[in-house]
Amino acid sequence: MASSISETNFEESKRIKRRKTGDELRDPDTIDHTRWRSESEQRIYSTKLVEAIRQVRRNSSPENKVSSGRDIRDAADGVLAVAAKGRTRWSRAILASRLRLRLAHNNMKHKKARVAKVTGSIRSKMPEKKRSIPALQRKAKVLSRLVPGCRKVSFPNLLEETTDYISALEMQVRAMAALTELLTGSPVDRLTSTSDS
Amino acid sequence: MSSRRSRSRQQTGSSRNITDEQIADLVSKLQQLIPEIRNRPSDTQVSASKVLQETCNYIRSLHREVDDLSDRLSDLLATTDTDSAQAAIIRSLLSQ
Repeated sequence: MASSISETNFEESKRIKRRKTGDELRDPDTIDHTRWRSESEQRIYSTKLVEAIRQVRRNSSPENKVSSGRDIRDAADGVLAVAAKGRTRWSRAILASRLRLRLAHNNMKHKKARVAKVTGSIRSKMPEKKRSIPALQRKAKVLSRLVPGCRKVSFPNLLEETTDYISALEMQVRAMAALTELLTGSPVDRLTSTSDS
Repeated sequence: MSSRRSRSRQQTGSSRNITDEQIADLVSKLQQLIPEIRNRPSDTQVSASKVLQETCNYIRSLHREVDDLSDRLSDLLATTDTDSAQAAIIRSLLSQ
């Protein structure tokens, strides 16, 4: 019944956890969140972003002349994930989803449209508790949906990933705003302002 | 909360006890990042629920900003050539 399903989950997750370096709470010092604030990191990101955008435009020019905002957003997220150097879960999740998309796209191109999508169907089979979930848990769930690849991580790791994700996002916004400023020649008004820029 | 903790312990298979102190530490670290909470004049401790709520709002607003900037960039780059954009960036890098 439910126990057997949870057992397969347990076995699977145990295997996966052994393959990875472990899902225990990592020492906070090993993941340095402050590097997202460094100027050099932002500059490296900006140049890589421009290069990625050029590639997007080169690839998309036969079909549509202008790259949509979505393409730019995807390119920016991809470059951000690469900049994280695979140390965080959210960056690995972004890269993995892009890889899956590319594989699916290639499969469809070669008319081998057998994309095996593994969705989290096991979760839906588990009996969901319909009674009121404490507010804190609900918010943690919402947060886990916002940070990519963190739907099933433990609460402390979720907080860890969130801090890194927020710092990275802030750098992404700073870099893209700076890029926009360069192209328009006028400053961009930000929705939020970080204290150090 | 205890049911969730037992479930997570089952899934990870490792007998680690996450102390409340660790969680409080992480929440305070998160608290420092959110400008909403950081710029508050009061120094009193904010509830974890509020921190999580503000975090979700902040991430959503950051996503919105990135989407907005991407749209602007796509419009800008449609008109100008990316080569000149790259030249402008390199020029700015050299001038620093």
